[in-house]
Amino acid sequence: MADKVLDVKALTKTFGGLKAVDSVDLDVKKGEIVALIGPNGAGKTTFFNCITGIYTPTEGDVLIIPPGEDPERINGLKPNKITSKGMARTFQNIRLFGNMTALENVMVGCHCRTKANIIGAIFRGPSTLKEERETIQKSYDLLKEVGLTEFVNEQAKNLPYGAQRRLEIARAMATDPFLLLLDEPAAGMNPQETRDLDELITKIREDYELSILLIEHDMKLVMNISDRIFVVDYGKKIAEGTPREIKDNPAVIKAYLGED
Amino acid sequence: MKNLKQSILISLWFIFLTFPLMVIRVNTVEQEVEWRWMNMAFIGVGTFVCSYIWRYLMARKEKGGNEEESKISWHQTLTTEKKYAIPAAALILVIAFIFPHIVTEYRINTMISALIYVVLGLGLNIVVGLAGLLDLGYVAFYAVGAYSYALLNHHFGLSFWACLPLGALLGAFFGILLGIPVLRLRGDYLAIVTLGFGEIIRLILENWNEFSFGPSGIANISNPTFFGQEISRSGGILFIYYLMIALVIFTIFVVNRLQNSRLGRSWVALREDEIACQAMGIDRMKTKLAAFALGATWAGMVGVIFAAKTSFINPASFTFLESAIILSIVVLGGMGSILGVILAAFVLILLPEELRAFSEYRMLIFGASMVLMMVFRPQGIIANVRRSYEYHGLDRAEEAK
Repeated sequence: MADKVLDVKALTKTFGGLKAVDSVDLDVKKGEIVALIGPNGAGKTTFFNCITGIYTPTEGDVLIIPPGEDPERINGLKPNKITSKGMARTFQNIRLFGNMTALENVMVGCHCRTKANIIGAIFRGPSTLKEERETIQKSYDLLKEVGLTEFVNEQAKNLPYGAQRRLEIARAMATDPFLLLLDEPAAGMNPQETRDLDELITKIREDYELSILLIEHDMKLVMNISDRIFVVDYGKKIAEGTPREIKDNPAVIKAYLGED
Repeated sequence: MKNLKQSILISLWFIFLTFPLMVIRVNTVEQEVEWRWMNMAFIGVGTFVCSYIWRYLMARKEKGGNEEESKISWHQTLTTEKKYAIPAAALILVIAFIFPHIVTEYRINTMISALIYVVLGLGLNIVVGLAGLLDLGYVAFYAVGAYSYALLNHHFGLSFWACLPLGALLGAFFGILLGIPVLRLRGDYLAIVTLGFGEIIRLILENWNEFSFGPSGIANISNPTFFGQEISRSGGILFIYYLMIALVIFTIFVVNRLQNSRLGRSWVALREDEIACQAMGIDRMKTKLAAFALGATWAGMVGVIFAAKTSFINPASFTFLESAIILSIVVLGGMGSILGVILAAFVLILLPEELRAFSEYRMLIFGASMVLMMVFRPQGIIANVRRSYEYHGLDRAEEAK
């Protein structure tokens, strides 16, 4: 329990009569990369939306334990509150701010760590200017981290697809999270881009001492980078373990390939 | 060639369609049929020319679409490069300063209303252009400003200078008042609610006689004083003109700073994607309320000046049409673009004055130019360009301009 950063207990989400997520337990330890996999429609993204506050869970507990702090129950908090507590996410279908530049996208991510207000914006006092400079610097560094320096002042919607995915990661990183949630980061990428992403995720974990929880369909990526894997099907957790254990788990094979 | 053929076909079709209306006329007095063949020729040639120009422009638009993005446009150079920006601003200032001394009083008056709409447009630009909240009841805040001065002056004899900040504050207050119930709405629903809000304010002013003196309005609102000195009537107009110039400069300054601040970025983020914006830790409610309040502040302030300028106000000045015009200024100018909004305000307010000769066609020309704008420049006269940042060295980043 001590080194957990996220602890989800018996999380359930029902839409009318449908149990999209059915009593799922999941935990992420400090510095770990955990993958959540499952066939299409298994409830993975719903699970993500529940823990990031976009949906309110019907039952169960979502606890976060920021490093060095006490556990906190975050059920039903607003998404922006949860983000400012240190849990940032990306989206399955890219949700960048298309008409803003790449740098500005990341600067928006810095929002909950900065505090300039209206008065500061109008008079541009020294503290505001300093904060603004730091924001630009931090955002630029993050863009460098994900390898997007050539697109700094490019509008986000004009970026190549793979770059947009990486920009989303940089934007989430700008909120200074201790836990990063990636919703299908490799969706739609070609093998080369996926390999780059693989390196990027590992690098981010090391450089920023993060924990990462990701949803992914690309099995090669999942098997490569995850420390542990959770498998859900029809909203229920059917397996958990190391990549090796999952590969040979009959229940997982059944869920993915069906029975003969 | 194809265009030519198409245009001829279209003109023939129009001749056929309008034949019974434009060519045949039954003279009921003389009991005979007049054949006005000349009209047929006019319609034929007119339709042909219009249709050909239309096709030519459409073809050019499709060809030149990509070219435009790569080259830096004149207004961008003008606003970002100090070398050009400072002389240009100085020139405009000098012209603005001399202007009232070389034209008639009537023209100063129309110029003042144009400047009023510039500020209104810039204010609404915060709400619609930056934060993407479609507000169709913006004129309500303008009314709040105007009536706050009129009533406070009437009942308590408060001076113009005391009412200017009060009007701004009341505007902001009403902005928040409108903002709270509509926080969850967006798009079309928001537009309908704000439209209703605008009408409610107008109806209250029209019907609550004890409070607002009803449709007959409030007359004899005192003119602004200059450091306690009364100003003559013609001097008063000049004074308000310079006051408006100062207010416009102040507005540009503030809006520009807001736009490139933490708050401005969160407004744009809110406009672009509400869910992602929240996931980035931005409080949706606070951001929206700030947009409504700040937008309404300008309307409130300018409302006070409007009341002082006309010295008579009644609810008829604050109809939905006003909201629509202010919104068209923002849309026509280019959402979020300061220079665009200013230009559009001048075009939309001064042009109808110049077009008085065609008075009955004014609205027609107005509508036609709007349609043409939307077809050929959907991004507005001057599209908003996001500011770019430059880096000097690896460890020190600085804003470029």
